Amino acid sequence: MRDELLSILEKNSRIDFKELAVLLGVTEEQVLNEISKLEKENIICAYHTLINWEKTDIEKVSALIEVKVTPQRGQGFDRIAERIYNYPEVKSVYLLSGGYDLLVTLEEKSLKEIAAFVSDKLSTLDSVLSTATHFILKKYKDHGTIINATSKDEREVITP
Amino acid sequence: MKNFLSDTVTGLKPSGIRRFFDIVSEMKDAISLGVGEPDFDTPWFIRDEGIYSLERGRTFYTSNAGLKELREEISNYIKRKQGITYCADNEIVVTVGGSEAIDIGLRAVINPQDEVIIPQPSYVSYEPCAILAGAKPVIINLRAENEFRLQCEELLNAITDKTKVLILPYPNNPTGAIMERDNLEQIAQIVKEKDILVMSDEIYSELTYKDKHVSIAALEGMKERTILINGFSKAYAMTGWRLGYACGPADIIAQMTKIHQFAIMCAPTTSQYAAVQALKKGDEEVTKMRQSYNQRRRFLMEAFKEMGLECFEPYGAFYVFPCIKEFNMTSEEFATQLLMEEKVAVVPGTAFGDCGEGYLRISYAYSLENLKIALQRIKNFVEKLKS
Repeated sequence: MRDELLSILEKNSRIDFKELAVLLGVTEEQVLNEISKLEKENIICAYHTLINWEKTDIEKVSALIEVKVTPQRGQGFDRIAERIYNYPEVKSVYLLSGGYDLLVTLEEKSLKEIAAFVSDKLSTLDSVLSTATHFILKKYKDHGTIINATSKDEREVITP
Repeated sequence: MKNFLSDTVTGLKPSGIRRFFDIVSEMKDAISLGVGEPDFDTPWFIRDEGIYSLERGRTFYTSNAGLKELREEISNYIKRKQGITYCADNEIVVTVGGSEAIDIGLRAVINPQDEVIIPQPSYVSYEPCAILAGAKPVIINLRAENEFRLQCEELLNAITDKTKVLILPYPNNPTGAIMERDNLEQIAQIVKEKDILVMSDEIYSELTYKDKHVSIAALEGMKERTILINGFSKAYAMTGWRLGYACGPADIIAQMTKIHQFAIMCAPTTSQYAAVQALKKGDEEVTKMRQSYNQRRRFLMEAFKEMGLECFEPYGAFYVFPCIKEFNMTSEEFATQLLMEEKVAVVPGTAFGDCGEGYLRISYAYSLENLKIALQRIKNFVEKLKS
């Protein structure tokens, strides 16, 4: 049940226990128990909403920043990652293989603020060797969801 | 001018679905639960392979029986899923959908006066294909109390000394019924005793929600007397690609291939290349789709239970087949009134045989959001009728 439950919740975290129980063919109590276990085990970390901010009046600018760092003795990349992810404007931090080490997603109100973050906060960290900032121009698909999906059922209305 | 038409063809009953289709297509804002095909798009990697094969200029005919590579993949697939070994060289023919396989399979084996046993409710084309092949169809009326599974005594009563073929349509459209191994073993016993050929239409074999589908051809002594029909439409959401196949004894497949060669030449080449990928890499996508269907199936069963509508639990395909006998209306009256009053289109059970009277076919090849709205409307309708 666990895998199927997670795959439903990943797509729709607002679904209620009663409906989950029906879809999975189990009792509501079983669903409730399983979800609280998943939360306790930190397998379910949070419930988010995917918002298309472009359609609102709120100005947001996002950037992906490639960061090269020197890992620190005894702590590898964890220490420097923590220093970066503690900034609330940082939306995600991934450790990557390849040409650079950390990929940081940043969300700010303006281009200027992003520039300020990179030059004042990020680049000045001791173990940061270099950064490369890429601004996001448009999101086509995020978290498995196509942002401007228009789906129309084009099938014949009745078929044998 | 004289009448040029064939008596056999003009004598075929018009499709009950067609008539209802005309009414539904007039209604602009109706929600349809009447579709017999997946709501998913063909998985992207399969579509991509089709595009690639066009880019590569693979726009030629393939061999009559189908691409060798595809037949080999079909052979692997059936071996993997059913444990049956079919030789890719002479025991498999790739067809234009499962429908063509039904047609040429019957034409390859029927002599005038032969009888073909067709359990109903079932897919609409068995009876006309049997008639067009020159056979006499013998209908078995399956019963809800047996969960629409074929019973031994029903089969025995239908068999005469002219019986040649038994059509075995499981997992079933429109009822969602399945046949489990022990059911099949009993049927196989009779079929062997009476020396009958089985045409097993297993197009919904990937869509079962209890145990994995068992093919009658996998039972002892049955491979040599079974034409196994399957295809890509339902499992891989590839209806529009028109691709199916038949597996069976080499002598039957050879004759089927002969008809196929003269009538069709070969199945669409683009589809065949795409299908190779479907069989190679499709298992995960099929599992995902099956899981979605199963969730919707459970949702529908719960909704019917809540509104007090009698319905046996179907374990196959993507249909439920609720009973509406308590309302003293024919299936067609019920379906028409439901469409007019609540704007929900379902298919009257009678479209799949006379014994479908008193039932409706409801397809769950729709998103859960759609099903929720539609089921609320059906609930309103049933409550009105009950009050």
